[in-house]
Amino acid sequence: MYPSKFDYHRPSSVQEAVQILSANPEAKVLAGGHSLVPVMKLRLATPTALVDIGRIEELQGIGRANGSLRIGACVTYHEIANSDVVREAAPLLAEAAGQIGDRQVRYRGTIGGNLSHADPASDLPAAALALDATLHVSGPNGSRSVGASDFFVDLMMTALQLDEILTAVEIPAAQAGSGSAYVKFEHPASGYALCGAAAVVTRTADGSCASASLCFNGVSATAVDAAAVASSLVGSDLSDAAIESAVNENLSIPDPTGDMFASAAYRQELAKTIGAQALCTARDRA
Amino acid sequence: MGISIELEINGASVSKEVEPRLLLAYFLREELGLTGTKIGCDTSQCGSCTILLDGQAVKSCTVLAVQADGGSVTTIEGLANGEYHPMQQAFWDNHGLQCGYCTPGMIISCIDLLNTNPQPSEEEIRHGLEGNLCRCTGYHNIVRAVQAAAETMNG
Repeated sequence: MYPSKFDYHRPSSVQEAVQILSANPEAKVLAGGHSLVPVMKLRLATPTALVDIGRIEELQGIGRANGSLRIGACVTYHEIANSDVVREAAPLLAEAAGQIGDRQVRYRGTIGGNLSHADPASDLPAAALALDATLHVSGPNGSRSVGASDFFVDLMMTALQLDEILTAVEIPAAQAGSGSAYVKFEHPASGYALCGAAAVVTRTADGSCASASLCFNGVSATAVDAAAVASSLVGSDLSDAAIESAVNENLSIPDPTGDMFASAAYRQELAKTIGAQALCTARDRA
Repeated sequence: MGISIELEINGASVSKEVEPRLLLAYFLREELGLTGTKIGCDTSQCGSCTILLDGQAVKSCTVLAVQADGGSVTTIEGLANGEYHPMQQAFWDNHGLQCGYCTPGMIISCIDLLNTNPQPSEEEIRHGLEGNLCRCTGYHNIVRAVQAAAETMNG
């Protein structure tokens, strides 16, 4: 299969990339290419120009400073899943990245590409939401920051403007006493999430729940923050029974997805089961 | 608009002008005649187009040739050096193939697997090959081949 014709640009800085994007409204950003190239081969996307940001130095690298983790937009799933720094500061992200696709895909796909593509069945959006990530964006008018909760707007649609580039993802480092888990019920052929649950819990010295977060991939047009479940858990003893009742009584998925693989009702029930599993595992790791 | 690219393919330097939309798998097969690399699903699922790019196993049907510019590529044709690579020999010895279509990509992935995990368990081998589909063997002999190659390569 061949994509339709396009012009190819390989800028060496974010500024140069933004200039090219500003001048070409039909251009698309190419990072690892593992979401964009497949849709171009199917001619579902026919950009007239590609701006390859894959070699821009300032988009690489994983660093930790001032209590937060900074991951460049072009860092691959493989690097994230195998980074000691990420495993320590944001183990949820490393766990989710390690479950994307297969080893070949993980060598090429990038965190920036994943979040910008905003496929609801992919594995990183819920992790970014649950970890309260901040997304750094550059455009013709300079840089700005967007919280993950404001970034995912609709199905494969984000707060990014056409001439903006996601440059880095910043995540508060995991607190002492916290645990996290990403649990996925995947489609057996594609590996995409029919439901993926990202959970974080923090326990006080006496073991009760100080804070919690539970977010889902694959069940709606965007990643879903089940804030009602999380807030109902605060102060509880985080027993299996407490988690089950919090999920059963407070989980409601807005506009749940129903498709040829699973009905909306099935996904809602699946979210309860997978969500409870993720919370229980996060608790055990806290 | 053609773009000039320069790569190292199986140890030899190659310079070509390519269309930006040319995929690496097609570049290898149609421009260079390296038809050992197969194209199966052409949707980044089956893994038969797997090659090593800068030492990492990637699906060459989902990489543009221009993205590989400056890189080093190893295909199935580049593995044997007078004698078979230990992974090729292990596939031969253990009958790790039937029709052979997935084999070039499978062997490259298995080499990448052992590069990152020299002594994988059976479960790690099966999980590590999730990106390569074989519709003939049921995978059993492929797993045996990887186990045998791990012994040879570590020995």
